Formats: sequence, structure tokens, C-alpha cells
Amino acid sequence: MSTTSQSSTTHAPHVDTVGDAGATPEHEQPWVELGLKEDEYQRIRDILGRRPTSAELAMYSVMWSEHCSYKSSKVHFKHFADNTTDEMREKLLVGIGENAGVVDIGDGWAVTFKVESHNHPSYVEPYQGAATGVGGIVRDIMSMGARPIAVMDPLRFGNLNHPDTQRVLPGVVAGVGGYGNCLGLPNIGGEVVFDDCYQGNPLVNALCVGAMRREDIHLAKASGTGNKVILFGAKTGGDGIGGVSVLASETFEEGGPAKRPAVQVGDPFAEKVLIECCLDLYRAKVVDGIQDLGGAGLSCATSELASNGDGGMQVELDLVPLRDASLRPEEILMSESQERMMAVVEPAKLDEFMAICRRWDVEATVIGEVTDGEHLVITWHGEVIVDVPPRSVAHDGPVYHRPLERPAYLDALQENGTAAFARPTTGDELKADLLTLLASPNLCDKSWVTDQYDRYVLGNTALAMPDDSGVVRVDEETGRGVAVSTDCNGRFAKLDPYAGAQLALAEAYRNVATVGATPLAITDCLNFGSPEDPGVMWQFEQAVKGIAEGCRELGVPVTGGNVSFYNQTGDVAIHPTPVIGVLGVMDDVARRTPSGWKTPGQVIYLLGATRDELDGGEWAHVKHGHLGGRPPRVDLAGEKLLGEILVNASRDGLVDAAHDLSDGGLAVALAEATLRHGVGARVWLEEVCERDGIDAFTVLFSESTARVVVAVPRSEEVRFTDMCTARGQVHARIGVVDDQTDGIDVQGQFGVTLAELGEAHTGTLPAVFGE
Amino acid sequence: MKVGVVTFPGSLDDRDAARAVRAVGGEPVSLWHGDADLRGVDAVILPGGFSYGDYLRCGAIARFAPVMDQLVPAARGGLPVLGICNGFQVLTESHLLPGALIRNDHRKFNCVDTRLRVENAQTAWTSDFEQGQEITVVLKNGEGGFVADERTLDELEGEGRVVFRYVVPEGGRNPNGSYRDIAGITNERGNVVGLMPHPEHCVETGYGPSLDGLPFFTSILKQVVSA
Repeated sequence: MSTTSQSSTTHAPHVDTVGDAGATPEHEQPWVELGLKEDEYQRIRDILGRRPTSAELAMYSVMWSEHCSYKSSKVHFKHFADNTTDEMREKLLVGIGENAGVVDIGDGWAVTFKVESHNHPSYVEPYQGAATGVGGIVRDIMSMGARPIAVMDPLRFGNLNHPDTQRVLPGVVAGVGGYGNCLGLPNIGGEVVFDDCYQGNPLVNALCVGAMRREDIHLAKASGTGNKVILFGAKTGGDGIGGVSVLASETFEEGGPAKRPAVQVGDPFAEKVLIECCLDLYRAKVVDGIQDLGGAGLSCATSELASNGDGGMQVELDLVPLRDASLRPEEILMSESQERMMAVVEPAKLDEFMAICRRWDVEATVIGEVTDGEHLVITWHGEVIVDVPPRSVAHDGPVYHRPLERPAYLDALQENGTAAFARPTTGDELKADLLTLLASPNLCDKSWVTDQYDRYVLGNTALAMPDDSGVVRVDEETGRGVAVSTDCNGRFAKLDPYAGAQLALAEAYRNVATVGATPLAITDCLNFGSPEDPGVMWQFEQAVKGIAEGCRELGVPVTGGNVSFYNQTGDVAIHPTPVIGVLGVMDDVARRTPSGWKTPGQVIYLLGATRDELDGGEWAHVKHGHLGGRPPRVDLAGEKLLGEILVNASRDGLVDAAHDLSDGGLAVALAEATLRHGVGARVWLEEVCERDGIDAFTVLFSESTARVVVAVPRSEEVRFTDMCTARGQVHARIGVVDDQTDGIDVQGQFGVTLAELGEAHTGTLPAVFGE
Repeated sequence: MKVGVVTFPGSLDDRDAARAVRAVGGEPVSLWHGDADLRGVDAVILPGGFSYGDYLRCGAIARFAPVMDQLVPAARGGLPVLGICNGFQVLTESHLLPGALIRNDHRKFNCVDTRLRVENAQTAWTSDFEQGQEITVVLKNGEGGFVADERTLDELEGEGRVVFRYVVPEGGRNPNGSYRDIAGITNERGNVVGLMPHPEHCVETGYGPSLDGLPFFTSILKQVVSA
């Protein structure tokens, strides 16, 4: 017995037991400080038929929080259910509600993926916040039975030139890299976006993809009376206990632990070992049910496992290995210490389970077992401190129908479009605007960020940033693999959240198709302001509806995701930012279509029609600091057709390069495709101008959707155009790849050299953050 | 031909190294850090990663792993050993190679496709290259700056033991602050080679920036077969 645990025993004589709770019904409890509403506290009392113990109060308060219970958002998820058809469900092996969704990618392979937010911790402590964001989503993927195979990080920051961005961005990027690199997971994409609205509230979202054989899917459930409940991985410490300190201060007056950080601290090495250990455990088939410990720690893991199972659970909390022996039971239940998992194991397989953990030097402790009762019972040195129906904690939390109201400012905002702004007309003016856009924070080269991530580890990366999607191989024999892209334009969502969410979906869908993959399913990370603001709640409802109905039209199901509310500074909410991750499948990822052209003589086609759609786009943002009007028109039928064209073209070898048109329009896409390998192009715009009834400026900078540029080998040109014509895909020959042209020659307008393009594109981030 | 690939806790590129061995027709053999047993292999690769979390100092703890008790004397006796990235760090910590690897001079992790010049095409791991050949290989590290005292550096240069150098454009600088642009070195016998870049990520069409990693593995295959 160590001296520290002895001293803690001396200091904390009293533990609030179920017996105490029955005997002292009038005892005042700090439910307000724990964030519970009066009716919620009353409901707990009704469920239990007595006041909760302080440990039970801790569990309910954290599990009924917005973060864990989705109490404000849940009612809107009916849109997802209502819009998922049987046909969409066909490929869905596990849907919304589990740790992560799972889709069937063929040949017996299953892929799981999910995106989550870690916004608030990353603002407080950028490095650890971002690092543990990666750690958390990776454990979600692991707990489905999968080997994690890649990560991606959609990141949003305030103004590039604001001093606080200098604090937040380098820390976040180093944290994502520091954790992910050390885990040995390739980081294959994501986003880096700057907007003043994220100044006090950066968005740090993390996505992970994992793969397994179909029969290896594991679920978070505790079944089989007598099966052992095992906590394994890191010891439990006092990190991330935040609000529960109010309970701690109530239960012991003196000698309590010092104030602890509310942000968790990550140890990627411990997680790497845990991954390999889990995979060995799965291979040995010794795991019956498994759950990771993330938000709400043991409170969540025990109640969810028990709730999903068919019996009860008994846990001896004093058996939990501690990093800090002075921790009180309430704190142990709420601790968010990282790198921990919980497994349910048959007694006959216990020895093998423990031997595998020992081989990896992973500490594993039996802390309880599955019972034939219906309650989750937790004891502390023999005294019962929790005795609850687990479902009431994990799944039957409060559900709010929050008021929602279309914001009053929206009409004026939508009427304030870009039509009045002077547009460039001469070639020189167009060129100057292109270079200004290329150097702007959102369109500039992001390698200062992405070069800090290992994109090669595991040896299966077929494409990574800055290509349109990250692509990784799953099956080493056949080359079968997946493509993933995440996207969202919060500016569009601010102008129209329904359309904005669909535009995010459309862009991610298009990016996946652009590399040649067939889109299969989506995950979403819904970043919004306060749900108590009816305007924000209206944006949320609109966005969810937009995604759900958009998914139905595209035929891709939502597999799960995450809601992050309260992203605001004072009364000012961020732009609604529903980040969409789309996953697609390819038979052989070695055949993927990259974004840059290489081969002189290949013909450049623009697919899709261009309308005068500058509102909310990067040209208005960069040149005029303006946000107003209506976002580009959503054309999901157009996206679907375009997707089919791109997938077929890739399969049949009809295109060698393809690049999606989004922020900054055709001009920026041409520049990026040229810069990728330093091979130039000659381009002509007259035919498109005439066909679409627009001027050169609009062709170059409009952000109309459902468009890509492709490079087609001459030998395949007829087959390619025949396919477009037969299927009704709008297409125009707008140029040719030409290594004799230095940069891009837009005929009749301007020429811009590689050096000019490169200088504009690459200098921006190093100028702010150093080489 | 059997090539051992050591897995320490925290090794990351062990599967990639095994794949590269298979790609040239060799048989990869997994070696466990805790077993003092080389399982009769003909050569050994110490792969990239963060062995034991690289806590304390990169490679400093791995050096004391039981498998190293067998590997160090075997390497001194002529067993071909290739240390990639973290493996290179383990080799310097084990004193099989001189010098040390320190934090990149720009203080960031850096993942780039880098140009290397082959300065010594006579080692066990580089005989399939041409002397002076330039290759493109993945580089990814946070602590890849090769340092040594002047005398050691002069000795390495004088004895032709600099195996790879970063190709640095006029007026530019190498990717991690390595002294004299050194990317890889060898021991006196030429059987132990360590380098920061990752040849195992450059062995398959469609994955990685080139196929310039293959000669590392064909070199060792020929060496072992002819030995």
C-alpha cells in the first residue's frame, strides 16, 4: 500500500452511498453547478425513487450533457431516419448510434469512419486539445473491431493575421501531427480554412477511417451473465474532470486534490500500443463486447455497455488503477483520461486476454462482471454508490424541442449580393485577381500545415492532400480501397443553411468521384452556435434537413457523426459549419485519378455549366471582404451524373487527371492543376462564354457547382466525348496541356508564368508562421 | 533469403519494411523486441517509428531491448543491418554508427519527397545504385538533423562512409539541418547503413513518389545470395 493512498483514505472518510441517499432525501445537491436543469434533476429523482448519490449525480449530469446526450439535436435526427431508404441501407452494416458507422465495401471488407469535434479544448490548449481529438476518434474506430488506416483533419481558424491565430494554429497543427504521426496513421486530407467568425472559436474536427473483415465487426454491449468487465490501457488520472470538481469540493472539505486541467493530456505511444494490443485481442477472438473511454469516461462506458446488453453490470470502482490515488469515486467515474478501453470477456478466455495485454505491456484489470439483473451497480470498497437502470443514464436522457426561428437578418443578407461590385474586364485585371486569390489564406498552398503530417506510413496511401480526396488501399492483394473527402463552406451555410449543407455534401461527393471512387456513405460534424438561440437552432434544423434530403437524392446514407453546439463568442455564433465527410470505394486504388496534369498534348475539358454565381464566393471574400446574397444553386442530379462520368472515365482509363471546381472557381482549379507538376496549359474560354452566356470573368471566378476539369489523352478523346454526349453531360474542350507554355496562357486574355503562380501560391503561410 | 524486421513497441513502418522485402522476393521475418533471438536471419532492418514513444531521447530506450543484445554483436560481426529513420537513431544510440540525430533545425515534423545523391554505392544496401545517382525518396521526421564533431565528420568523408547526401538547390538548405547535408552513413565494413529517409515507402507503383527504394532491397538480396 503506498503512502499516498493511505493519506487519501484518511482525508476522505465519507462516501455518499445509496443507503445514505435513501436516508437523507432532503440533502442539498449541486445539480445547478453540474449543469442540470431543475426538471432534469427531478427526473433523476423520479427514475430512482430517491435522491441520487453524488456518484449517480455525476454520471447523470455528464451523460445528460449536450455533448453526450444530443438533447437539443436528437429530435432533428428523424430527418436522417425518414430519408434513409432500404436501398441506401443495403451497404450499411452498422448505422447511427454505435461508436461509428460501418459500410460494406465489397470482397468481404467492411470500413468504418467517423468525424468528431474537439473545438473547445483546442482553443484552451491547442496542442493537447487537437492531439486528444485525434486520439478519441481513433479509439472510436478501434472499438468497432477495425484497424485504423487513416486520419483527416478539417480545421478552421480565425483571421490569419490575428495574433491569437499565431497561438492557436501552430499548436493545433503540431498536436494533430504529434499524435497522429506517433500512432502511425497516415493523415490524408482535411481542410484549413480561415474566417473571422472562428477567431474565438476555432473548429478542430478529426476524422478516422478503419477497415476490417465483415465478420470482425465488434459492438459495444455487455452480454452473458458472469462475463468479466475489463478496463485496460492507461491508468485513470484527474484530467478532463472539469465540472465535477464541484462534487469533489462537496465530498471532502480538506486535503482534496489540487485543481486539475480540464483538457485531457494525450500519450500517443500508449495509444499505439493499445491499437496493436486490441488488434491481437480481436484476432484471438477473446473480446465479446468493447467500448472506448472518451467523453464521460467510465460513466459512459459502463452505462452504454450495460444499456446495450441484455443484463446488468456490477463494477468495483476501487479496483480501477489510478494515476492519482487521491481521486474520489465521482472523479474516477467522470475522468476523461485518454488511452483507455473497456472489454467484456468470457471467463474461459480471460487468461488469453490477459496474456495478450501483458505481451504489449498494457495494464488490464477485471473491475466487474455482467449480472443477470437489470441494474448497473457500482461499489466503492464494498459500499454501493451507484444503483441505476443503465438505459436511463445512457439513452433515456432529456429531449428538447428547442424553439427555432428564421433569423431576422437573413432577408437583408440575402438581398445584399455582389452584383454591384465592379468586375475586372481586361486580361491584366483578371490575372491580378487570380494571383490575389491564389495568395489568399483560404486558397493558398497549405503544405506548411500538411507537411507536418506523415501521409505515407502504412504504405497504402495512393493520394493525399492537396489532391481532391485522400485515397488508401484496404486490400493489399487486389488494391481495393477507399477515398475520403471532407468539405464545408460555412459562408454559403450562413447565407442559406439548407443549401449550404447540401453544397458541402455536393462538394465532398464530387471530390470523391473526381479521384474515381464511387461515393458510398457520409459522416458529418455539425458545428453550430448555441442551441438556446432560436436563430441557431433554425440553422441547425435547416442544415440537418438539407443533409438528409440531399443524401436521399444522392443515394448515400448517413452513418453517424457528431454535433458540436455552443461554438460562439459572447452572443456571436460562428457561421453554421456542417462539415461533411464522404467515403467512396474503388476496385483498385492504384488507378485513382490525381488532380495535376503531366502529359503534354492531353486535352482539357470543363464538365458542367457555369452560371453567374459569385455571391458568398472567394472572389467576393478576398477582393471585397463581402458576404451576402445567395449561394450557388444546388444541383444534386448534376452531381450524380458528373460522378458517374468521372467514375466510369477512371475505370476505363479515359482521363489522366481531374480536379474539382469549388472555392475560387475555374481560375484557381487551373492554377492548382498546373502547379501540381509544373506542367503548363493553353486555355480558351470563348466557347463556354458563348454557350453559357457569360463573360470571361464569370467563367474564371464563378463558383457554380457540379463542375470539374479533366485532362483526356488524345487517344481516348472520342470515347470520352461520346460518353458525355450519350449521358447528357455538359462538356466543353477548353484547353490543352502544354509543356512549352510557361504556366497558363488564357488565350485572348492573359498569360501567367509558373513562377508567378508559385510565388503567389506558396508564400502566404510561411510569411506568417516562418519557414 | 530471410530479412528480419524488428518491432519495438511504437515501431510504425515495420509492416512497410516487410512489404518492401517481399516486393523483391525476400522473406521478411518478424523479430520481437523482447526476444533475444535473431531467428537465423540473413539481414536485419530496424524500421521507422517512435520506439517506446521516443521518450527520453529517440532510440535511447530501444538500444536496451533484448533483441539488441543479439543484434549489436552480430552487426559487428558483419550481419547486414539497415536502420531507417528511428532505426538510424537506434543505430547511433547503440554506437553501431557514429554521430547523433537531433531535432530538425526548423523545429517541426517534416514530411516531404526529398532528392538524395548516392555517395557510396558499395555498401551491402546500396550496391544496386550507381555512384553519384540521384534518387527521390520519402523523408518524414521530427528529429532528423545528423550531427557529429568535426573529426568524425572528416573521418566519415575521408573513408567514403557518407552513403547519402540531400541534394540541396543553390542557395537552399537541407530539410532538417543535417551537418554537411548528410542523410545516411555506414560503418567501416559497409554492412551497417543508417539513413533518415524511407526507402520502404518507394517500392510500389501507385504508392509513394518513386520506385527508388527498390535498389536497397535488391542490393541486400544479391549480397546475401552471393555471400
